Amino acid sequence: MGSGPQSSATSTAWDGPAIYVEDVHKSFGDVRALRGVDLAVERGTVLGVLGPNGAGKTTAVKILTTLLRPDRGRALVEGRDVARSPAAVREIIGLAGQSTAIQEELTGRENLDIMGRLYHLDRASRRRRTGELLERFDLVGAADRPTKGYSGGMQRRLDLALSLVSHPQVVFLDEPTTGLDPRSRLAVWDVIREMVASGTTLLLTTQYLEEADALANEIVVVDRGTVIAAGTSQELKNRIGGDVLQFSVVQRDRRAEALEAVSGLSSAEPLYDEETALISLRVGADGSKALVETVRRLDALGIHPEDLGIRRPSLDDVFLSLTGHGAEQDGDAPKRHGRGRRARDRRRR
Amino acid sequence: MTSTKNLAPLVALQVPSSPKAHRLRLAVADTATLNRREFLIWMRNPVFIFFTVIQPVMFVLLFRYVFGGSILVTVPGGYVDYLMPGIIAQSAAFASFATAISLARQLQKGVIDRLRAMPMARSAVLLGRLTADTVRLVVTLLVILGVGYAVGFRFHNGAVPALVMMVLGVALGVTICTVSAYVGLAVKDEEAVSSFGLVWLFPLTFVSSAFVPVQSMPGWLQAFAKNQPVTLVIDEMRSLALGGPLALHAWQSAAWLIGIVAVFVPLAVRAYRRAS
Repeated sequence: MGSGPQSSATSTAWDGPAIYVEDVHKSFGDVRALRGVDLAVERGTVLGVLGPNGAGKTTAVKILTTLLRPDRGRALVEGRDVARSPAAVREIIGLAGQSTAIQEELTGRENLDIMGRLYHLDRASRRRRTGELLERFDLVGAADRPTKGYSGGMQRRLDLALSLVSHPQVVFLDEPTTGLDPRSRLAVWDVIREMVASGTTLLLTTQYLEEADALANEIVVVDRGTVIAAGTSQELKNRIGGDVLQFSVVQRDRRAEALEAVSGLSSAEPLYDEETALISLRVGADGSKALVETVRRLDALGIHPEDLGIRRPSLDDVFLSLTGHGAEQDGDAPKRHGRGRRARDRRRR
Repeated sequence: MTSTKNLAPLVALQVPSSPKAHRLRLAVADTATLNRREFLIWMRNPVFIFFTVIQPVMFVLLFRYVFGGSILVTVPGGYVDYLMPGIIAQSAAFASFATAISLARQLQKGVIDRLRAMPMARSAVLLGRLTADTVRLVVTLLVILGVGYAVGFRFHNGAVPALVMMVLGVALGVTICTVSAYVGLAVKDEEAVSSFGLVWLFPLTFVSSAFVPVQSMPGWLQAFAKNQPVTLVIDEMRSLALGGPLALHAWQSAAWLIGIVAVFVPLAVRAYRRAS
């Protein structure tokens, strides 16, 4: 335990990645939650772990935060083995997300103070750190009110603050914005960006591609306990064909002309979906240029497109292109029904 | 790329564990912090304090004035003297409800996961809770005793045995708190705990000598009622309060209480470690 959370004498000796996971397996009875996961996260960067419910994201976080032991393989946080030196790992990590460390009867300030005491900070350090975090997470006005009355977004911000009391070197956020409204989500994103700017290594799990896109340097896509793709957000988008340009033409007899006009805008073939009457075209990373060009060409032909726009690839698109099935909400992969039909429906677009 | 395939094999750092004395000191500090947290929570929750104290007071009044008249006992001061040691023990046992519910709730919300991911003594959550419960029990039992005095109860055996009786009541409460702590951590669901997780408390406290003499029960029930720990402890408390054979139940009571703690504390610690 040494001289407190800031003691990092041992970590300076470590020059490997801040998080290193090698062939980790974990089963719960018959359910194989993780089936050989490999990860490496460089110090000071953000890894986004993207996947649907039940993909194994939370299990991976629990193993890295010493809450579960891996059945096989190993996981190191700043060089410390989570199974062999869990106490040393706990010294340097922070955890927040779906779970909460907040005691709702207590005020924001009291919650932070209790956390400071549990990290054995002295009174002056506690007071300073509590003030800093309240300021940074925009909670000064509500600091002395019981947290019971906080909004969902405020509670989530306080919870993030609680995970940072000890200046952790590596922070794990398990779905930090799940269940938040869009405005609160953006506020949490801001806070996360600040954490990263101050040099913290971050592993963030999410179900939302846009979230991983907005916050992460690197993204791994997990499905049914394995990593099925890894790379930067741009690399992944290129891999799935990037943005999708989409529009419809009301005049039936001119649809063929419109299809013709936009073919050649990108290397992909434009597609027509009879069900939705939408024409769509994968346009790679440069969506806006393609959009302008589409408008110009259709206008020259006197065709008036409706609902013209660029759709960013969704998690479903990523999954569809990587696995051939969508990212359904239920996690019991082996028990799913009708996946084939659903995937076929989507492919037709 | 985040693939680890190209990296040379990495050797984990060897992290020496800190000396035992240092760990012990931190465990005490963590226990004190969590104890402090429980008190802050209670102070913010006057409704909870009200109910933990008011409910047993209602029981005192109910048995003293409603049922008491038809219950025949052969102790010096009549039914109220018979009743008070029993009701103190029963209230102490029921106070453990809060322990089970609070631990299940914290587990469900993920608070305990978060604490387990911190460099904190594993025992601190349970010890912090149990020490806070002890203080809460002392306060509750003193209030009940005060009400008892107001409705006619008197000690007949001197101050020291009276004090020992109160200590025994608190010890019974803390012992049952360890069982409830285990139940709360093992069931892991606040609602389940509050609806059926603690039904075992009812036969344990009501099928005992707390409110009526065991001899008034049918024979098959007497076999259980006579030999179960709550009866043994209550009989000992009654002897302490009113005078009577002390040695008879002293060892049995102590053995039961120590035995229950010895079984359920390790179970609760194990449930805490595994809970996730």
